[in-house]
Amino acid sequence: MSILQDFDYFKPTTIEFAIDLISNNKNATILAGGTDLIVNLKEGTATPEIVVDIKSLKDLKKIEFKDNCLIIGALVTFTDLLESVVIKEKFPLVWEVSKTVASVGIRNRATMVGNICSAVPCLDSGPLLCVYEADVNVRSSKGKRKIPIKDWFLGNKKTALKHGELVTHISIPFPNQKTGGCYVRLGRYCGEDLAQVNVALLAFANNAYRIAFGAVAPTPLRANKIESFLNGKKINDHLIEQAKELIPDEISPITDIRATKEYRMHMAKVMFERGIKTAVERLNGDGLEYGESLV
Amino acid sequence: MKKKITFLLNSETRSIEVESGDILLDVLRDKLGIKTPKIGCDMGDCGSCTVMLDGKTVKSCLVLALEVEGQEVTTLEGLMKDGMTPLQQTFHDFNSFQCGFCTPGMVLSATELINKNPKPNRKEIQEALSGNLCRCTGYIPIIEAVEDLIGKGKGEGKEKG
Repeated sequence: MSILQDFDYFKPTTIEFAIDLISNNKNATILAGGTDLIVNLKEGTATPEIVVDIKSLKDLKKIEFKDNCLIIGALVTFTDLLESVVIKEKFPLVWEVSKTVASVGIRNRATMVGNICSAVPCLDSGPLLCVYEADVNVRSSKGKRKIPIKDWFLGNKKTALKHGELVTHISIPFPNQKTGGCYVRLGRYCGEDLAQVNVALLAFANNAYRIAFGAVAPTPLRANKIESFLNGKKINDHLIEQAKELIPDEISPITDIRATKEYRMHMAKVMFERGIKTAVERLNGDGLEYGESLV
Repeated sequence: MKKKITFLLNSETRSIEVESGDILLDVLRDKLGIKTPKIGCDMGDCGSCTVMLDGKTVKSCLVLALEVEGQEVTTLEGLMKDGMTPLQQTFHDFNSFQCGFCTPGMVLSATELINKNPKPNRKEIQEALSGNLCRCTGYIPIIEAVEDLIGKGKGEGKEKG
């Protein structure tokens, strides 16, 4: 099926020219992996006048760890993340999330930056970046800007990105103490299926916890009430039971083609319980290996 | 907007004029006569359009033809220039297809896996093929064919062959 919309295609080789193109055209779209964009073009939900392919901007294809901060460039694919030693060793939760994204043929193309720019409610990178308190770094003709992930997602497919801005990279601060993480994703089958519910958790050595849910609200969200209830406490079964009771206050799932809201609510509790236990076990060095599915 | 692109297709340089909205899969099938990539869901979900782009599998239904300028596209036709590959032969031996629609994609995905990881376990094989849907076989004969090729199978397929 070809695309009915007629557009001009550009493949700039400098970031300045790319920014020029998107600032001088009201209806421009950035193309990186294209795994969402091409579907939207085919379906007619994206109707740009120009498409700016940024795959020649080699500077955006880097994974870098320096000054205790991880940089994930806009052209870094999920396959790149899975093959990176620094990700596997220092950010195993990023690795675990990348492994659940669709299938090899998509991961070879799809980028994490593209994932957060599409900003669908069930995105895999959302809960992950929320628990790491990552920043989204953008550039425009006016300069650079850093957007905390909590201010990035504004709604279903809506982000804080303004006209003329290009996301250059995501930056993730390395946690200042030992952590154990866990990502639990519920789908109907392995492969291309989207998440029905997903949750990312980070447990810190000082009994602090960060928890974020996805696919159960228009945007990924931090479970603030549960976090403040658990913070400073050592996890036990009784605490988990109490924390589970707070989940309905945190999330607002809907019924759609993939699951009912009741099922999502039920599974959010199950996944939270398994996830928090595993995160704490991994923190203590005796949990399941990263990448093992809990559902 | 018409534009001319030049790329390597199965080790041969090809040049062709395409529209900006042309999809790689359609250009391969309708303009260049390459028929092993199939049109299934056309939305990146089924894997029947899988081709290799610079050695990595991609869903060719999600790639603009313009994007492959200067790159190398490999389809099953390119892999089997000297006849069937050993993997295709084991697919044949294990009856790893009925209608055959998913097979080119399956073979390419399995080829990429073995190139990267010559001795995958069953879980890794399942994971690597999870983006390729098959509605005939139930997947077991496909996985067994890959296991046989890497020397982890029971070797039953060949005797049955």
